[in-house]
Amino acid sequence: MFKFLFDSDTWQEIYGGIRKNKVRTIITILGVLWGIFLLVVLLGAARGMENNFKTVFGDFATNSLAVWTETTDTPFKGFQKGRRIQLKSKDIEVLKEEYKGELQYIAPRCQTSSTITNGFKYGEFQVSGDYPVLDKVQKKNLIYGRFLNENDVKNKTKVVVIEENIYKQLFEKNEDPINQYLIINNVNYKVVGVYKSGNIDFDDDAAYIPFTTFQQVYNRGNSIDWMLVTVYEGIDINQFEKDIQLTLKNLHKVHPKDNKAIGGVNLAKEIGRVTGFLTGMQFLTWFVGIATLIAGVFAIGNILLITVKERTKEIGIRRALGATPREIRQQVILESIFLTTIAGMLGIVFGGLVLFIMDSTLGTGPDPSLLNPTVNIPIILIAFAILIILGTTIGLIPAYMATLIKPIEALREE
Amino acid sequence: MIKIEGLHKSYPIGKDSLHVLKGLDLHIKEGEFVSIMGSSGSGKSTLLNIVGLLDTHDLGNYYLNGQLIQNLNEKKAAVLRNKFLGFVFQSFNLISYKTALENVALPLYYKGIGRKERLKTAQEYLEKVELGPWANHLPNELSGGQKQRVAIARALATKPKVILADEPTGALDSTTTDSVMDLLKGINDEGMTVFVITHEEEVAEQTNRVVRLKDGVIISDELTEIGKSKNASYV
Repeated sequence: MFKFLFDSDTWQEIYGGIRKNKVRTIITILGVLWGIFLLVVLLGAARGMENNFKTVFGDFATNSLAVWTETTDTPFKGFQKGRRIQLKSKDIEVLKEEYKGELQYIAPRCQTSSTITNGFKYGEFQVSGDYPVLDKVQKKNLIYGRFLNENDVKNKTKVVVIEENIYKQLFEKNEDPINQYLIINNVNYKVVGVYKSGNIDFDDDAAYIPFTTFQQVYNRGNSIDWMLVTVYEGIDINQFEKDIQLTLKNLHKVHPKDNKAIGGVNLAKEIGRVTGFLTGMQFLTWFVGIATLIAGVFAIGNILLITVKERTKEIGIRRALGATPREIRQQVILESIFLTTIAGMLGIVFGGLVLFIMDSTLGTGPDPSLLNPTVNIPIILIAFAILIILGTTIGLIPAYMATLIKPIEALREE
Repeated sequence: MIKIEGLHKSYPIGKDSLHVLKGLDLHIKEGEFVSIMGSSGSGKSTLLNIVGLLDTHDLGNYYLNGQLIQNLNEKKAAVLRNKFLGFVFQSFNLISYKTALENVALPLYYKGIGRKERLKTAQEYLEKVELGPWANHLPNELSGGQKQRVAIARALATKPKVILADEPTGALDSTTTDSVMDLLKGINDEGMTVFVITHEEEVAEQTNRVVRLKDGVIISDELTEIGKSKNASYV
């Protein structure tokens, strides 16, 4: 059998058989080519979208939670509804203590909007009082300098980390902003860093100053506007969200069933929705790709079957000249495998080419819709193996039909 | 070479069966040039199919080259066909997408002979039938007589024991018929057993022995004029 495979005469015969009907061969190849082409392109595109989503969320801890307070909607313990709830520094301490095992980072925040001035240039921007831990929850990609540090918070220093857009508006091009001074609300701040905000960000183009500095300058006392929280890996963040809301309600004497007093966004939930969508899309891709592939292979089987009918006489002649049924069967199966293999390889090459074009058109620029649309080599190899197995299996049917041909009947057909 | 004893063959047609060969006895020795004559329906094609191992018989014995033919599976039949028999058909039955040379080489391929040797042998046989210059032509570029000569070369290529020719001149005009018959005669003169099926008197006359079939039985089996003179010369 294996000697047969490596016999150049075998391939000579197959080449002759295939060359005989070029149109048939091309149509056959197209069916399978289309299937594997679709599989490659769809998988690549799905991967590209996934990669893109990943970079969008990339700077953000996906296990994070934003918590803020609003007004109550239920009367409780003698309080009227509509009471405004205010987070305090003490709440943070209580949460840190009570949720030691779950809570990874907690970043209390205060924010306002201020005019920032640099000489004759000025603009209205978000000013945010923050702890250095913010960088852990929401990675700040620094272009220049550093982010806030513990010393800044401890010493209430007047330093600021600004967003790239603020830098562009207030500084000359290529000017070094580090150690220059900006005026925010009549107070001088030294610029220590410039960052570029990610695609998803709770803040607009913000200027970060130390939390303690913010409290002092803006006279906030112990009040906190809102906070960002992350949990350790393996902690059920949905349950955790419910738990800390309840704790906060308890601390602020809010009815446990109050829906409005404590607000929040659970990023894990949002991301879960997106990844669920991506998983669904991948499943769909595989489904469509494999279904097309199977359809293509069936087309090959079908056409080979027609071919066997067409070549009844030829097969009869070969039989009369001494071809054994096995030789006839091998030839038909090998033709099927050969066609599927060629088609598969062409499909993968074309698919790869389209992915390359997609990458260079959709995958570049400031806001790519696809990022690195690629397909894993093992996945391609598996698809290819499936293809060849299907090709062999489907080739068995026409091959069997071919062996049923009796030379006497084939030759009688005039 | 070919020995048939009490050969019966019937084909089922619906619930009935058609009794085609009704107990044939025939002995063809090595080197004979025999023709089977008969009108259509006489059973001559059936006889050729059985002799050519393309079909099986129901009753009786068939010895090919001294070997009793029975319980043949397709594979064994294929090997025996390749080894002992060369076929020449009325409609030539060349493979249309193969050149004359490749057609002649095909039975050698199934015999398991290497490509180089195969093509060399094929070329030799094409030259024997005077078609050497046409080796690389496709069948549709050849005339009917040329096609039949290619088919004869193909039948000869494996050096079979018997050439079975089924109406070899049926599709040819009288001049080409003569050239094909001359070729077969020449082959027979070299010692090859040739077995021709025909319904043309002129063709049968050119063989050495004529067996006439009618309704599945042999009605006569005699030497032709040529056969008689040949026999006489042997003596």
